[in-house]
Amino acid sequence: MNSAINATNATMAPVATPYFFYGLATLAIVSAFLVITRRNVVHSALALIVTLLSVAGLYLMLYAPFVAGVQIIVYAGGVMVLFLFVIMLVNIDRSYKEKRFSGLWPIGLAAASALFTLFLFAFIKGRALFPDRMMLLPESSNTQQIAGLLYGDAGKMGQYTFAFEIASLLLLVAILAAVVMTKKRA
Amino acid sequence: MPDFVTSYLGSTLTPGEAGNQFWALVYVFVIFAGVSLAVMSMNWLERKALAHFQIRLGPMRTGPHGLLQPIADAIKLLLKEDIIPAGADRFVFWVAPLIGLLAAFTVYTVIPFGPSQAVSDMNIGILFMLGVSSLGVLGVVVAGWASNSNYPLIGALRSSAQMVSYEVAMGLAVVSAILMTSLNETGTGTLSMIGIVRAQQEQGVWFIFKFFPLGLIAFIVFAIAMVAETNRAPFDMAEAESELTAGYHTEYSGLRWSLFMLAEYAAMISVSSIAVTLWLGGWMRPFSRLLRGSAWDLIFSLFPAVTFMGLAAVAFVGVVRMPRRSDFKVQKIGLAVFGWLLGFIALMLLIIAIAGRSNGAAIPSTVNQSIGYIYWFLLKVAVFMYLFIWYRATWPRYRFDQLMRVGWKVLLPISLTVLVATAIVGILLS
Amino acid sequence: MVPISTLHYLIVAAALFVLGVVGVLTRRNLVVILMSIELILNAVNLNLVAFSRMWGNLHGQVFSIFITADAAAEAAAGLGILIAFFRNKETVNVDEIDLLKW
Repeated sequence: MNSAINATNATMAPVATPYFFYGLATLAIVSAFLVITRRNVVHSALALIVTLLSVAGLYLMLYAPFVAGVQIIVYAGGVMVLFLFVIMLVNIDRSYKEKRFSGLWPIGLAAASALFTLFLFAFIKGRALFPDRMMLLPESSNTQQIAGLLYGDAGKMGQYTFAFEIASLLLLVAILAAVVMTKKRA
Repeated sequence: MPDFVTSYLGSTLTPGEAGNQFWALVYVFVIFAGVSLAVMSMNWLERKALAHFQIRLGPMRTGPHGLLQPIADAIKLLLKEDIIPAGADRFVFWVAPLIGLLAAFTVYTVIPFGPSQAVSDMNIGILFMLGVSSLGVLGVVVAGWASNSNYPLIGALRSSAQMVSYEVAMGLAVVSAILMTSLNETGTGTLSMIGIVRAQQEQGVWFIFKFFPLGLIAFIVFAIAMVAETNRAPFDMAEAESELTAGYHTEYSGLRWSLFMLAEYAAMISVSSIAVTLWLGGWMRPFSRLLRGSAWDLIFSLFPAVTFMGLAAVAFVGVVRMPRRSDFKVQKIGLAVFGWLLGFIALMLLIIAIAGRSNGAAIPSTVNQSIGYIYWFLLKVAVFMYLFIWYRATWPRYRFDQLMRVGWKVLLPISLTVLVATAIVGILLS
Repeated sequence: MVPISTLHYLIVAAALFVLGVVGVLTRRNLVVILMSIELILNAVNLNLVAFSRMWGNLHGQVFSIFITADAAAEAAAGLGILIAFFRNKETVNVDEIDLLKW
């Protein structure tokens, strides 16, 4: 019985992976393209949500379920709702009539393409730096191991505990900034 | 039978863990059908129960005691004209109900109806559930914006503010329950839905009674926040009909509107499942520590059969109380058939319960156990479903500023305090 | 079919990063620019998680969680600035943000 389960498990993984990867990667890049080209800001935001969700899918394929969960709950559920909220507060009717791209767009596009060429060049030249091997991370204890790094294991302080506390301070500052800046002054 | 069908039978893993796509697909279809059926019966039950709360009869004409009302409603909604308002953003208007529906149904992949009766057991189960169910707010916001109309926009803004606010208190209450799962020898907790119920099994106490009253307070905070999350009365600001006609779905009609309703009821069931899993012991039967032994096991395994017998008895009482007039004949026969159907289910459950006990046969015993798990889980969820109706019948709607005040100034401090107190008590006692 | 290696993920991340840069450099709407910054941060996250898989440890994932927290803070503060600006000038067009250009 057990061997049968293992057998199906072993044959399942390699078949699906490349298709899922190419599907999710295409979805992410196409909708990222839509984010920067749509005239309507709400459409951009919806496309960005699709990008974020497909990147979360890529995290799952990289054996990082906790990061994927954080991505969904913080980005897609939190930040994007904030974006949509703000889009509805500010008047978007005007932006229909305005030009989408700034006057300097050819220069920006050229700079960005140069950057992409640089990336590709680095990837091809530095092929040896990125070995083909992929470690198999233990997926079933991913959250617990991340907690060990953040909070510490067995009474010891974790490697990133201090940085984690600083991050909470950063969030506090951001909350204060948002409240102070959006408050109506008398 | 092919190997991929039989290889999974008798496994104690969920299909997702066992890597069996066939059974995972079967589970997905069963859950989808079950949730749709539950939403339909919930629709009938809500109308009936609300009517009886207000000393009315509710639907009586479509089928005996209005039993066919949900089907009639569904047909009506499917046949209605599908209106897209002028000036609406057509694509977004079309996609908004689907976002809500997807978010509401995706979370069912991790809901544990039993130790192996879930589509999959994720390491991040509860985080996944909270995250995906929080995507539902996107559907609401986008629907309000795409309608290009004032009432929906105000409803959407209200509703998104409300859902985002209550998510905070809800999340903190959930964290305090997750903290309780780490009270074992290893000191490691879990986010997996099945793992959380297992932790309650090992500690021998439902988390609602753990560290009394801390678990209870966290549960109450969650129970309030989940009503606000699903936009139900008394927190149904998003669709306050006296102020906003229907809130974010004012401009929707026909099929799309019914998709919103389906998403709302599916979300109600899924948040109730979170509450049941985290605080009420999931699939465990009550008093599994106190009243144990084979005699008690037998008695508790008869519960599903007894429940259906009771429902059948109610149906037959209805048959007897039908007016003795010829024009009620069809209704009478229909109700009798329905009663016989319930009685037949009860009989099957009874046979399984007895057969599972008798001679230690493997298959009836596991089937019997699975039925027990699913029955107790669904019973607990059903209690919450009834509570949702009860709230709606009992309490007046909150004003928006009161709602925000309750969320930020009452629930959030309480849940933070409970979280810290749980951590302190947990350290002191371990 | 070629097995998926770290390089595949890096190329996807590079594409997302460049699309984000294009958005920041060419769009005029401040909201879209903020969204493009989110794209850039996501590309960095994807890189970090891919490297975490390559080396077989979780430090990359922890860093990506920090970056997510940073992105949330950035979005809150950035949108706060946007609303404050919109209240003064009734626009979200970056070409019109020129109060200091005198």
